[in-house]
Amino acid sequence: MTGVVLRRRVTDVVSKILMGVATVIGVFFLFWILWTTLKFGVAGMHWDLFTKDTPPPGFNGFGLRNAFVGSLILMGLSLLVGVPVGLMAGTWLAEYGFHGRTANAVRFINDIMLSAPSIEIGLFAYAIVVAPMGYFSALAGSVALAILMIPIIVRTTDEMLSLVGSDIREAALALGAPKSVVITKVTWRAARAGILTGILIGLARITGETAPLLFTALNNQYFSTNVFRPMANIPVVIFQFALSPYANWQQMAWAAAFITVVFVLVLSILARWFLARVKTTR
Amino acid sequence: MNDSGPAARTETQSALAGQRAAPGSRRFSGDAFFHAAAVLAAILASVTLFATVIAIAYDSWPSIQTFGVWRFLKSSEWNPVTQTFGAFPFIVGTLVSSAIAMILAVPISFGTAVFITEIAPFWIKRPVAGAIELLAGIPSIVYGLWGLLVFAPVFSEIEPWINRSIGNIPGIGLLFRGPPMGIGMLTAGIILAIMVLPYISSIMRDVFLVVPSSLRESAYAMGCTTWEVAWHIMLPYTRTAVTGGIFLGLGRALGETMAVTFVIGNSNMMSPSLLMPSATIPSVLANEFTEATTKLYLSSLIYLGLILIAITLVVRFLAVLLIRRLARGEGASA
Repeated sequence: MTGVVLRRRVTDVVSKILMGVATVIGVFFLFWILWTTLKFGVAGMHWDLFTKDTPPPGFNGFGLRNAFVGSLILMGLSLLVGVPVGLMAGTWLAEYGFHGRTANAVRFINDIMLSAPSIEIGLFAYAIVVAPMGYFSALAGSVALAILMIPIIVRTTDEMLSLVGSDIREAALALGAPKSVVITKVTWRAARAGILTGILIGLARITGETAPLLFTALNNQYFSTNVFRPMANIPVVIFQFALSPYANWQQMAWAAAFITVVFVLVLSILARWFLARVKTTR
Repeated sequence: MNDSGPAARTETQSALAGQRAAPGSRRFSGDAFFHAAAVLAAILASVTLFATVIAIAYDSWPSIQTFGVWRFLKSSEWNPVTQTFGAFPFIVGTLVSSAIAMILAVPISFGTAVFITEIAPFWIKRPVAGAIELLAGIPSIVYGLWGLLVFAPVFSEIEPWINRSIGNIPGIGLLFRGPPMGIGMLTAGIILAIMVLPYISSIMRDVFLVVPSSLRESAYAMGCTTWEVAWHIMLPYTRTAVTGGIFLGLGRALGETMAVTFVIGNSNMMSPSLLMPSATIPSVLANEFTEATTKLYLSSLIYLGLILIAITLVVRFLAVLLIRRLARGEGASA
């Protein structure tokens, strides 16, 4: 009897220790990655990064202005496409489709899209934009990023609108407001913090995306705002500079990675802040 | 509900104002327009999945015609000079690197999930759960940069030791013999494991919370240890969704591009050793896509992408299906 008790006790203690170790492993790698990004990133920080364009290969100096501007343009364009489509599709699910067969099928497909490897979406954007137009372009890059962002916005909008109580919806309908007005002026407003959370998470998701841009926006040594041609952007710069032999290029890759991580962290913190507001107003 | 009262009132008032502003006849066409826009957006969002497959299949058609299906899958010759292309080394590379990732990540995720839900004291739960979730937020390009410039040099110090210890075991040792370069299949698998860990463990954590406390507490009341509750009560109860979470992580690992491209070494020579450089479908796409000069070369690369889609679609479909089954059964969102 004591043998069984001892064996059970030992199994329990050993398993608890192993589970603690497993948790420590995850946290350890997080801090290792964040620490090195901070260390090399801060060391590579230079004012010229924001004011000058990329120096030619082999030349000293720093500059990522073209890539920062390019990334902002790419993000802006993908928001312009992704937010309306995602918001309206999520609205359809929560306000028109409810839990019918069609709506649940759309939710299922959306969940599959949610975990789509970004490289596949990049190939898709290549096939529908780059190949017919004959040019690699920032436009194609934004299409790919928007497609990656849409499922996140659809899901969050759907969930957040479903959280809005039926009483205020019914009150508005009882006053004779047509459905579109009820949605835009009542339910959207009641769920705005949650919807904004979804958009922020979507933006965080696409911030460091590199693979789809390799098939679409490529990169550009020079400053360009023409969305029909290749455009410099931060993720592809990190990819190319990290593998380059030049010390200043590698340093710029770390600095760009650091800024990307900080940007993503700020977006996640903002998203969490808005999400907390959702819960308190309920 | 009390504090939503005044808010609701102002919302309704503004709704009323909105209605007054619109003339009667235009109100209804606006309503129809809004409905149509919502339907269109929903269609657009869902059709993308099918459009992806069709568009990529269309672009890979020249290669499908030249090499067929079976020949392309089993051929291991990838030679742009002779224009002969085969997918075998890349399929193997993709599957093996993801397998390594799952072997490492699944137990660690399970341990983390049980630690957070059952073992950790209250004050430690939230920061640890938050930290693990942060791992999911780090862009894959940063994993790649870190993997190549920080982890690989450290790992190349450990590799001679792996060579001497595991490498000397007959049979399995063959997998662990090779030059200590720091990059290769094993490094890619380890980086992938770190990347998919937060996805698997957060699904596990969510579904463990769905286990009814009556079940859990009955077991504890009978004198079960934490391990027994986790292994014999929680895991069997959530088996389907846990499997779904594992498939979700697998889907991520199979399609991951940037992190793998940095650390796998990019060689299309196959080797039994996991310490040797290799290549995956995403990594060869990332490396060679812009260099593909001929139509056949390009469409062969896209053909590789089509194979990747076929693999990941099955995995993702199973993942969503299995995770949803538990969610539906319990009426909770997992």
